Amino acid sequence: MTHRKIDRISRRAFLGTTAAVTGALAAPGLLRAEAAGVKVGLVHPVTGWGAYSGNQCRQGALMAIADINAAGGIKSLGGAKLEGLLADSQSKPDVGASETARLIEGGAMGIVGGYASSISLATTQEAAKTNTPHVVDVGVSYKIVKRGLPNVFRFGPGYTKIAQFAVDNLATINAAAGNPAKTAMIIHEDSAFGTGTAKVLSGKLPEKGIEVIEIIPHGTPTRDFTNIALQIKSKKPDIIIPADYYNEYVLLARTMRQQRIEAKAIYSVLGGAASSYKFVKEFPDAAEYIMDCNHWFNPLDEGAQKRRAAAEAKGLFYTYEIYLTYNAVMLLADAVERAGSTDNEAVIAALASSTWSKHGMPYGPTRMVNGQNQGAQPVNTQVLNGDIEVILPAEFASAKVVFPRPS
Amino acid sequence: MDFSILMPSILNGITTGALYALVALGLTLIYGVLHIINFAHGALLMLALYGVYYLNRLFGLDPYWSLLIVPPAMFVLGYALQRFVIARASHGRDENILLVTLGLAIVIENLALFFFRSDTQVVNTPYAFDVVEVMGAFLPYPKVVAFFAALATATALWALMTRTDLGRAIRALAKERKGARLVGIDVEHIFAVSFGIGVGVLGIAACLLMPSYYVSPQVGNGFVLIAFTIVVLGGMGSFAGALIGGIVIGVVEAVGGLMLGESLGQIGIFLIFILILLFRPQGIMGHQA
Amino acid sequence: MTRLWVLLTVFGAIFCAPFLISSEFWLNAVLMMLYAALLGQSWNILGGYGGQFSFGHALFFGVGAYTVAVLQVQFGLNPWIGMALGGGLSAMVATVVGWLSFRYGLRGAYFALVTLAFAEVFRIVANSVGLTGAGEGILIRLDRQPAMMQFEDLSSYFWLLWAITLGCFLAAWRLENSRFGARLVAVRDNEDAASAIGVNVLRVKLQAIALSGFFMGLAGVFYAQKFLYLDAGLAFGPTVSVEALLVPIIGGMGTLFGPLLGAAALHAVAEVAREVIGGRPGLDMAIYGAILVGMMLFLPRGLARIGRGSARRIVGREVTGGRGNA
Repeated sequence: MTHRKIDRISRRAFLGTTAAVTGALAAPGLLRAEAAGVKVGLVHPVTGWGAYSGNQCRQGALMAIADINAAGGIKSLGGAKLEGLLADSQSKPDVGASETARLIEGGAMGIVGGYASSISLATTQEAAKTNTPHVVDVGVSYKIVKRGLPNVFRFGPGYTKIAQFAVDNLATINAAAGNPAKTAMIIHEDSAFGTGTAKVLSGKLPEKGIEVIEIIPHGTPTRDFTNIALQIKSKKPDIIIPADYYNEYVLLARTMRQQRIEAKAIYSVLGGAASSYKFVKEFPDAAEYIMDCNHWFNPLDEGAQKRRAAAEAKGLFYTYEIYLTYNAVMLLADAVERAGSTDNEAVIAALASSTWSKHGMPYGPTRMVNGQNQGAQPVNTQVLNGDIEVILPAEFASAKVVFPRPS
Repeated sequence: MDFSILMPSILNGITTGALYALVALGLTLIYGVLHIINFAHGALLMLALYGVYYLNRLFGLDPYWSLLIVPPAMFVLGYALQRFVIARASHGRDENILLVTLGLAIVIENLALFFFRSDTQVVNTPYAFDVVEVMGAFLPYPKVVAFFAALATATALWALMTRTDLGRAIRALAKERKGARLVGIDVEHIFAVSFGIGVGVLGIAACLLMPSYYVSPQVGNGFVLIAFTIVVLGGMGSFAGALIGGIVIGVVEAVGGLMLGESLGQIGIFLIFILILLFRPQGIMGHQA
Repeated sequence: MTRLWVLLTVFGAIFCAPFLISSEFWLNAVLMMLYAALLGQSWNILGGYGGQFSFGHALFFGVGAYTVAVLQVQFGLNPWIGMALGGGLSAMVATVVGWLSFRYGLRGAYFALVTLAFAEVFRIVANSVGLTGAGEGILIRLDRQPAMMQFEDLSSYFWLLWAITLGCFLAAWRLENSRFGARLVAVRDNEDAASAIGVNVLRVKLQAIALSGFFMGLAGVFYAQKFLYLDAGLAFGPTVSVEALLVPIIGGMGTLFGPLLGAAALHAVAEVAREVIGGRPGLDMAIYGAILVGMMLFLPRGLARIGRGSARRIVGREVTGGRGNA
């Protein structure tokens, strides 16, 4: 081996590898200028596979911030305005976590976000390191609130509650029609929420006298649903139960129509498109009579209807991502208001004791147990005459259920 | 396994496979002949799908009429990309081409996200729910059309490659670049034309796919791996092979789905891919190297 | 030996990061950069020095990650032992996949695609099988104590990763200065000629892929312990595979410092893109992609090979098998 003189390492190489250290001395940059205000960190997957949902969530959060500020801000802090610090998790948990750290260091007193369960698990853990309050907007996995992290709150329901609710109400609907339905098939997307939901459903449906004759998981994306449609056709279940994301749900619904499949009902649970205005508008024929058990707003609440109009005026479809995140921000703001401070412990205590009820959701007053809002529940919807109606629970209903599906 | 639905499943697999083959035909030219590992294939398909969508939304143009507009437009895009970006940036090294196309894929997907937003869009055609009954199976009309379109496109490509001067030039280029230059072939131009044709075929695929599917900025990702599988399975550079390979993959996917479930059934595609690579890497129609 | 000193100095400086950086965000950024360098150097061992491009390196990452997660959650095995087993199992899987591929003569693009196919197969199986949590994934119980490889403070995670990454870089350095490395590079540069002079091509490639797989497995273990949640897409999906190959190619394949430079560059570019364009989603990622393409336009051999003189000799020195700077 040739022997080289020990040369001075060039500045270029040296600078290159110590740039990170130099950069560390500067504070992380932010998307908005520093201002006196209550900073709320918003972490959502606005690029990557979750882009549509992430953007809807972000819109909901920004609407909430605008509404709060228009109504005078946080009065107990002298009318301090809320300021949203935006971050993109790129649909990846590790990016979500690092963005959460960035927002917290940039002054965020609380984090709202996640959207997907896998991302929310990472962002909440990151926030837990500084005990920063984190309200999960959507993420339905039960695991999110079962880790004993005191800073984590979820305003909406998890899939365990949703599935139980779905089963109970299906039994009610079935009984009211004389129990025509005896069998069901579950079609679900094969990642966290679909698998978890299907598991709960398949355990509880037999208790209500409905036999689950087949469970079919499929990937996201799935390019073609004909196989699944053929299996449905051959097994002839009374009830078809999909648990999917929007795109797959649409393809499934279209394919079922192509294959001329008739069932007594399509009863989705967290069906991605079934309670979506977009789906109803674009596929009125395929959508008619589809039932869903999903997140929904209280149709009888004036505030909720006003927000729907406001969202649609912006050209957005009023989807669950919007109002769930809207309310997550509102819940946090209400806690800050009651705590009279942005101190972590105070806000967490305020969140834990929250009884906030001005949410326009079919929830009743908030009641937190281990970070999960016990009042949270889904509703049953049905597409009737080209519109999405709430059919159960009765006190929030806007229409009566049509079951079985007329031929 | 339920045998009564096996036949309809296989028939459907054939039509789905034909759609996959359409997507793979372009890659056959790009990868099979030019040996460009084009990671941007899915993103380009997505762009073409958006083209079909907007032509429908803004001008009410049926996707099949868009066959007159989208493929030529995609050809121009492909030509430009190869001539002015990929060729320059790759400096002839394979790993660079891979990175350049990867970078392009990121750019295209995210620009689409920026301009078109993330909503999923569909085109509703009056014939979307029409079916053709074959042996008791309901085959959706758009997919039957796609099947014949795939046959036609593969034939046209084969004719192009074997019966025209352009085709001869492309084949010469693929075999021996220096020699091709020596006999007067404008190498950069022909390379770009080939790439352009490959992308143009994606335009054809998009017109045929749109009635059965949807478009969003991420939609291309679901097709990239399958396209590469088909190209290798069919035999690099063989259009007939890509057609057959696509149909085989479609049927494997369908039967695998019935036997193992839709989720696990996807494994069939990749197991076949691995087996072909190990035991018959020249593919179905390829020649032993 | 100069290069070893440079390597140790650089890593010495990196070691000090937790003392010098007070910002949790920036320390985490350096950590993720180091993590990318680990992925990149693992890939580099097989791809840069060995010339065998893998598109499915997440395969080994996922095996390591799931090993430590499953053994911990389903069988209560301590993660430190799980780490050793994870690395070992990854190396074994790498050897098997390598044996299948190399024995049947797969090279170049065919090898790349077969690794991708294997990664996909594992992803689909992991997504369907109860042992790995199927679609729901695996959640490792939160238990922040060193005995369970979970730490209260970020610094400890940082130093754990630092140790693993240093190990990987030292392995690469050792490779450059050993006969194994010389043989490997000979195989890369001209497989037939190498075989003709008596190199056992298959054996050399298998050793390389096993070593590469081992470190990817350790990277997977680290990921699992840091984020405590794993699913099939995260473990075996294209994100990890792409990052593993992007980093060394940008930084300079087949060089010792390439992965470090590549990791730093990619993360710096991402950060700049995000700072400059924050608002509408997509634009910053588009810029990131454009910069990638731009780097290929102007720096096709990677960052490590720019410049001249002493810096180039140290940072960008390549080991060649006799064909000169290819």
